[in-house]
Amino acid sequence: MKKQQRLVMRTAILLVLLAAIGYTIYTNFFTEKTAVAVGSTAPDFVLTDLKGHEHRLSDYRGKGVFLNFWGTWCKPCEREMPYMNELYPIYKKQGVEILAVNVGEPKLSVEKFAERFGLTFPIVIDRQDQVLNAYNVGPLPTTFLIDKNGEVKQIITGTMTKEDIERHLESIKP
Amino acid sequence: MEHVKCECGHVNPHGTAFCESCGKPLADLGEKLILDMRYEGSARRSQTYKKTMIDQIWAFFSSVKVGVALIVITLIASAIGTIFPQQMYIPPNVDPAEYYKQQYGWAGKLYYELGFNNLYGSWWYILLIALIGVSLVICSLDRVVPLYRALKRQGVKRHPRFLERQRLFGVSHVSDLDKTMAVLKERLAARRYHVREEDGHLLAEKGRFSRWGPYVNHIGLIIFLIGAMLRSVPGMYIDRVMWIPEGETKEIPGTNGRYFLKSEKFIFETYEKGKDNEVFNAAIDRVGNGMIAKNYQTNVVLYKRVGPVIPGAKPKLEKVKEYPIRVNEPLEFDHYALYQVDFRLNEPKAMSFQLADKQSGETFGTVTVDLYDPKESYNLGHGYRVELLSYFPDFEFDEDGNPSTKSRVPNNPAFVFKMYAPDRPKGEVSFVAIRQTIEPFGNNKYKMAFAGLQTRNVSGLTVRRDFTLWILGVGGAIFMIGLIQGMYWNHRRIWVQRVNGELWIAAHTNKNWFGLKNELRRLLDGTGVMMPADQLENDKKAGQGGQVHGHGTA
Repeated sequence: MKKQQRLVMRTAILLVLLAAIGYTIYTNFFTEKTAVAVGSTAPDFVLTDLKGHEHRLSDYRGKGVFLNFWGTWCKPCEREMPYMNELYPIYKKQGVEILAVNVGEPKLSVEKFAERFGLTFPIVIDRQDQVLNAYNVGPLPTTFLIDKNGEVKQIITGTMTKEDIERHLESIKP
Repeated sequence: MEHVKCECGHVNPHGTAFCESCGKPLADLGEKLILDMRYEGSARRSQTYKKTMIDQIWAFFSSVKVGVALIVITLIASAIGTIFPQQMYIPPNVDPAEYYKQQYGWAGKLYYELGFNNLYGSWWYILLIALIGVSLVICSLDRVVPLYRALKRQGVKRHPRFLERQRLFGVSHVSDLDKTMAVLKERLAARRYHVREEDGHLLAEKGRFSRWGPYVNHIGLIIFLIGAMLRSVPGMYIDRVMWIPEGETKEIPGTNGRYFLKSEKFIFETYEKGKDNEVFNAAIDRVGNGMIAKNYQTNVVLYKRVGPVIPGAKPKLEKVKEYPIRVNEPLEFDHYALYQVDFRLNEPKAMSFQLADKQSGETFGTVTVDLYDPKESYNLGHGYRVELLSYFPDFEFDEDGNPSTKSRVPNNPAFVFKMYAPDRPKGEVSFVAIRQTIEPFGNNKYKMAFAGLQTRNVSGLTVRRDFTLWILGVGGAIFMIGLIQGMYWNHRRIWVQRVNGELWIAAHTNKNWFGLKNELRRLLDGTGVMMPADQLENDKKAGQGGQVHGHGTA
């Protein structure tokens, strides 16, 4: 009987220790470093686009949102912009919106950039880094795929090919 | 597995070195002169049975050798981690993989691949620390329980073989045994020994609690490790950087958009001759006037956001307080602290140009371009107008030779202006960068002449919130208590027994034998009892030991 007790005790202590170690390793290495995790609700925000229209994320419920953080100096961002522009009208009809958040650059720079590439999707500017902080965006570009329920489906960092973008837009069709 | 019954009647667990109660050696000691008193000869249970897998794992971590090996491995890894710089000290804009390879060759590459570049964050280092924690818990548990048991169950009367194998041991012939015993008992009590008597034998003991010192110390360490572990729980520990230029209001990162900060001014002061106390003059002469920093300070206003937090929306702010943040004098609010850690002086904020006639030098008005939010068009009146066609805050030529910008920070601003004048209604294009003007479409009549630069200072602040600090504090305090407990008190025991009409005395302490001997000397002074001999020292002096006392006791 005593032997039995000892085994139970030892097993319990080892399990507690294992759980503590497991948790530490897990939170340090296997969870997203971003504040917004896959599967969580994308934080709401309000930003104004180049034409002066306000865009509130929660107004897009029922539609998929392709949320792209970018900067004009960022070459990988620049490469994927024309593809996004090409696919935007096609998927807009199917209920997927593209929203590009510029990371607080002068309006002039953003406007000139949009003109140069003839961008038609809405571009909003995060002047105070508030949205950047809320989404804890590190490297650019970073793209959040948000489904019709406002849930983050996938987070992509780095540049995408046209096929990538098409596949991602397809994945969040309502 | 089976228990061992001593001749005194006490039943000991298997693996016990000498009887818990009377101290009679249970195992064959051979030629060994002095008993090993560690853990009171108790059976560390893990070493005695290895049956199931759980028991085997337990036995592995219970080994002090394993614990020491883990600590040594961690030590070596930490030492290797200092050979090349850690990742936080390399230039921030480079790819670490490339950097280490480029700077240090194959060794650098290996260093990076094994995770030495970010040692405290590498999984195997954290695992090592965690295993040390496990070893600490199991080693302690495995020793403290039997030790407690053995000390609790120790009998007053000890087997003669136990007594004669103590390091301090002596035999005396006294005329009146009863009287001597009574005197000794009284003196022991006066020296604050806890004295137990049984059948005319004495056991005097003091400072037993010092034996728990190492275990209290380990509990402190484990609490400390738990505190460190909790840092990875979201919300427990925040450590962020915030750059804020003078005059701007920004959200404080890590506060979930609830707090905003405005920087009124950044102040950098140095020690100057004439202005500061004379005692500083010698130092100022040595280093140079205005070369020694005196103060880094950011005057800030803290705002709290009222109403719902919607990132991006213009926040409704309520002033909380004004505060001068200085080094070591952080702004504290709601468990957050903002520390002054860095600064950049004279960062470009706005640039002014004059529209001028290149030949006559006549000017037609000034254009001031905000480098963070430039306007597109500047009307100077009388038919003179300037348009900003392109703006590059951090100008460079990209791979294709086109003008572009490296970042959004105006480190090296460049502009493409179009200048309109009554005699140039179609405008002239001019590319203006620092100390450089290019006229892409031929010779212009007008130019944008540099007319001044507005700068501002930028403060670098650290945002810190640490809910684990008190746990680390408690752990550290317990650690110290355990250390003091084990270091400054000694567990001393003195056995006084009558054996065949003789007075036998044996003494043991866990440390500070010199102190124990002094105490015994004072205790026995004038009683006619001989001072016990230090058998370990005698042994050493004799060079060759082996000759115990001539008392062959059964």
